[in-house]
Amino acid sequence: MSLSLSLHTSPDVPVEAEVICPDKLVNINETDLSKLSIFHGNEKAMLGDFFKVQGQYNGELRVEGDLSKVKHLGSNMSNGRIIINGDVGAHLGAGMSGGEIIVEGNVADWLAPEMTGGRVIIKGNAGHMVGSAYRGETVGMLGGEIIIHGNVGNELGSAMRNGLVVVEGNSADFTGVNMNAGTIIVLGEMGPRSGAGMKRGTILSMHNADMLPTFSYASTYHPSYVRLYLLYIKKLGLSIDDAQLVGNYERWIGDAIELNRGEILMYAN
Amino acid sequence: MIMKIKSTEIVDTFAEAFKMAGTRVIITAATKQWAMAAAQSMTGFATSVIGCKCEAGIERELTPEETPDMRPGVSVLLFAMNAESVGKRLVERIGQCVMTCPTTACYSGLTSDNNVVVGGQLRYFGDGYQIGKVLDNRRMWRIPVMDGEFLIDESFGVQDAVGGGNLLIIGKDQNATLRAATAATKVMRTVPGVILPFPDGVVRSGSKVGSKYKSLIASTNDAYCPTLRGAVKESMVPPTANCVLEIVIDGLDVDAVEESMRVGMQAIAKPGIKQITAGNYGGDLGQFHIHLHKLLNGNQSS
Repeated sequence: MSLSLSLHTSPDVPVEAEVICPDKLVNINETDLSKLSIFHGNEKAMLGDFFKVQGQYNGELRVEGDLSKVKHLGSNMSNGRIIINGDVGAHLGAGMSGGEIIVEGNVADWLAPEMTGGRVIIKGNAGHMVGSAYRGETVGMLGGEIIIHGNVGNELGSAMRNGLVVVEGNSADFTGVNMNAGTIIVLGEMGPRSGAGMKRGTILSMHNADMLPTFSYASTYHPSYVRLYLLYIKKLGLSIDDAQLVGNYERWIGDAIELNRGEILMYAN
Repeated sequence: MIMKIKSTEIVDTFAEAFKMAGTRVIITAATKQWAMAAAQSMTGFATSVIGCKCEAGIERELTPEETPDMRPGVSVLLFAMNAESVGKRLVERIGQCVMTCPTTACYSGLTSDNNVVVGGQLRYFGDGYQIGKVLDNRRMWRIPVMDGEFLIDESFGVQDAVGGGNLLIIGKDQNATLRAATAATKVMRTVPGVILPFPDGVVRSGSKVGSKYKSLIASTNDAYCPTLRGAVKESMVPPTANCVLEIVIDGLDVDAVEESMRVGMQAIAKPGIKQITAGNYGGDLGQFHIHLHKLLNGNQSS
């Protein structure tokens, strides 16, 4: 039987629950799991104060309830799987290096900042700063995959240096701001100032977007590697049509205020 | 005991094959014609490791559903004496023959613990404009070229392989022997994991080890030259035969080579073919001894 955590008491203020992480739950029985420390605001509390604990961790953890005030869930996880049935709070999967998180709802800001590996799948929407660097840091996501079926907020993939971020819906302002490398795919529309300050990396969009004046048009062509990416995310359940698979893409390079080695590809026909 | 298929005698001998290193390269392109053009170019001048540094051939065409990017493709096998040499040959041949061919992309077709860096070398052609991509733990390079980009895997898998499987077809005349050889190569190529590296799969200039000339490491296989019957000490050409052709088989494993030889013998046995035999060096040089009788009896010989 896998481990199940059901929220029975909604917290008044955010709960810091980095203890809800597969790495920290191995070989612990229900009683001891309930006694694990969490912070409720600035007060120390126990996991059992908010969650009903059932079962023992066997590689899969299920969490249920309105977790929109539960933060840092799955932070620094390196293996295993977390399945979350409900909305979840900020910093989900922060710094994770492996394993998989699946959310059957929406997530707040700072999804998987500075992650280095593993995969996060969000069935709903995500907030700002997905896969980003924390403020003051120069490097964000270093590896792994973030798949979001809904929309996302501002600064998607800020300063990311590797990995793949896919958004099936729309992204808001500053998509891929300060990108170092890696790949962002937005199947919907992107907000203004996409790619601002990017050094390297790829932003791929299926819709036209307003280009910053520091980006220049290069050509319209069919990039072979895009087929691999689109086929890959199609296998993950995202909607890719054949025209996108075989079509041509406008290539814009920038940001000229930086290295000018980044690219924004926009589906042309 | 004399073994025959129809009227063709199967000589009780073995093919002596060698351990080699092999790889599979998947070439895709906008059309199957361009993929084939690149594959043919890449596998040119790759008949024998003695003179060409490697042996290579086209394994088969691939449908779009079988390739990584869902474009038409061709599978190429390349063999050399060790993994390092495979890597060098891949860099040379992909760089000169595949990257140069319009619309192509090139992928590793083998999963192996042993990998050689190919795209990671060719990327320097991009002169700093190349772009690395990692997808699902697969590292690739995008090299800007005049029709867009050449996409290639960073590394290609290499595995232990078998080279030098062979069949010698001894016929009453050239026409009959050619017909048998053509029929055989057609079915032998259908076995997965093998190539027949010589022109259309057939070689007429079989060789022996050494020469009267010190600078040569191999010379004509005089024992199987019909024109030298009577001139050499021990001709292997029967009195009623006037033509000998050889089919050389390289494979990713010995099972594939054996299966190709087995189906080949069945196709060769026709009126006008006196004997099917195989080349060996007494058994001291090659790691694999593929006995013709055992193959036909259903026993794996190596």
